[in-house]
Amino acid sequence: MSDTAVASHPLVDGAVGPGCKKVDPIVVADGVTRQFGGLKAVDVEHVEIPRGQITALIGPNGAGKTTFFNLLTGFDKPNTGSWSFEGRSLARVPAFKVARAGMVRTFQLTKSLGRLTVLQNMLLGATKQGGENFFTAIVKPLWAKREDEITKRAEDLLTRFKLDAKKDDYAASLSGGQRKLLEMARALMSEPTLVMLDEPMAGVNPALTQSLLGHIRGLKEEGMSVLFVEHDMHMVRHISDWVIVMAEGRIVAEGPPETVMTDQAVIDAYLGAHHDEDLGEMEVELDLPTVEEAEAAAEKKHEQQEGNH
Amino acid sequence: MDWGTILGNAISQIASPTTAAYALAAIGISVHFGYTGLLNFGQAGFMAIGAYAFAIATLGFGWPVWAALLMVILASVVFAFILGLPTLRLRADYLAIVTIAAAEIVRYVVSTTGLTPVTGGASGLSGFSGGFYALNPIPEGTYGFGPFTYTADGWWVRIVGWTLVAIATVLVWLLMRSPWGRVVKGIREDEDAVRSLGKNVYSYKMQSLVLGGVLGGLAGFVFILPRAVQPGNYGTALTFFIYTLLLLGGAATVFGPIVGAMIFWVVLSLSNGIIVGLVESGIVSFLTPDQAGQIRFIIVGVALMLLVIFRPQGIFGNKKELSFSV
Ligand SMILES: Nc1ncnc2c1ncn2[C@@H]1O[C@H](COP(=O)(O)OP(=O)(O)O)[C@@H](O)[C@H]1O
Ligand SMILES: [Mg+2]
Repeated sequence: MSDTAVASHPLVDGAVGPGCKKVDPIVVADGVTRQFGGLKAVDVEHVEIPRGQITALIGPNGAGKTTFFNLLTGFDKPNTGSWSFEGRSLARVPAFKVARAGMVRTFQLTKSLGRLTVLQNMLLGATKQGGENFFTAIVKPLWAKREDEITKRAEDLLTRFKLDAKKDDYAASLSGGQRKLLEMARALMSEPTLVMLDEPMAGVNPALTQSLLGHIRGLKEEGMSVLFVEHDMHMVRHISDWVIVMAEGRIVAEGPPETVMTDQAVIDAYLGAHHDEDLGEMEVELDLPTVEEAEAAAEKKHEQQEGNH
Repeated sequence: MDWGTILGNAISQIASPTTAAYALAAIGISVHFGYTGLLNFGQAGFMAIGAYAFAIATLGFGWPVWAALLMVILASVVFAFILGLPTLRLRADYLAIVTIAAAEIVRYVVSTTGLTPVTGGASGLSGFSGGFYALNPIPEGTYGFGPFTYTADGWWVRIVGWTLVAIATVLVWLLMRSPWGRVVKGIREDEDAVRSLGKNVYSYKMQSLVLGGVLGGLAGFVFILPRAVQPGNYGTALTFFIYTLLLLGGAATVFGPIVGAMIFWVVLSLSNGIIVGLVESGIVSFLTPDQAGQIRFIIVGVALMLLVIFRPQGIFGNKKELSFSV
């Protein structure tokens, strides 16, 4: 069971294990904690995210994944800790500056800007817009050229994400899955170095899941690093190069997807009280069919929620 | 009942300086609430600040009109910063509470007896508009036709008031079609999303608060040109009338504030004329003339309810935009 702890891996400098050093890290975090009342939601001693790879951050519900995302991206303040992005310290830097530094995130609960059109959503993602200055904004010729450039880029991205037909529709009229796609495409408008996706697959129609996975792979091919949260093992196995496992705020395991699922700490984290069950049964519980069911259920629930509105 | 006079009075409200002042204040609220999603419930406070800044600069310091107008703008900017600095980082409702309280504080402060030498206390200030009317280039006389017949000074105040409304409308239109407007509308929808895209949300909210506040201050200036400055005019009701007419016209629309202000004042004048007429001619005998004066506000309330039920997006608003529960 502890083979992973002594194994080596091309991404890792030294032995593989929770908090292991990476050959080429893009994010390095130290001693990051966040307390909510009596609950220590995040308690990360040391973690490094490899550059140019797809890293999955997994763990059961309530493990602290979203909170850790919020801390890294400046949407929440830690009690203690520091972290750097591309060697630059980002601790206590406001969220908008983190995004400008090239570390762009999406949200677990999609935040599409409903009463803006799909295209306007996209354009908002672009950086270096002179027209976003109050005084420049008044004189259109001063920003019209940049507007054309980013409109072109937005249309290309929308075509890639198969949203081009919807470009003049209000974002609120999109389906849940399309909103996830839009949010991802919008994040790409800023040409980020690290894309952080919080549960990109949650609530997405199974038909869209494949294309979402394809898009995430595409980001890596374009040289971006990806960190994504997912608690569905099947998805993780499919596309990630590296897996970091969180439970109760801590990093409990790390490794390549093929082997990390067999780590005792992961089994404990996922199965909780059932940790005396053997691996064979666990594989069954974590394998394919449940994934499809969960997807379908999530989509159904989402549709119901939409229906209620 | 003299229907001609009642109708004439009502129609003349379309161009009145008070309507212009309300339209200007409503353009400010459209920037705050309609485009940025900021709940400023203290627009009456901004109007009071503008009104007193102009009157005090003129009477107290003896400044010329242009300097007094700069004072109006400066005082509004400062007031916006005082309200925005502590609240714009917090949830939206904090701004609502702080603005409503601050507007009341302004009203109480200017009414205090201790400040009578400066603010005129409860009776307010008058006699500050001599300089403004001295700038009137129109020769003495009466011009116009039908209900739109005014003296030279009457024209002057309307020209200045509506020119300010026109400038504000064009400025807001230019801003809202620009990337700046896109950021601000994004903040209205979800400020965390906008933050995650690298925009300094706090700074944009402040810019919006200042812009709408300055328009409120200028509205205060236009409002006092035909009358005295009286603290009683700047109560919470004024802010809610401005919201009423804005929703009437359409909150995030170019012409909504203007048409909303015109309809608001025409309806108010018409209902008042009719009710007072009915009371005076003895057709309605159960109301005193005083009560009759109040009834029109009940009518406005009912009209607003009907509006919200049958045309929630306002006259110019886009129904589709409103049908999303976001
Ligand atoms: N704002 C908050 N206030 C109090 N508790 C919180 C808050 N945000 C998260 N938590 C708690 O912190 C823990 C981690 O939550 P979260 O980061 O959302 O987990 P995950 O994303 O891994 O499912 C949970 O127990 C959750 O209830
Ligand atoms: Mg989460």
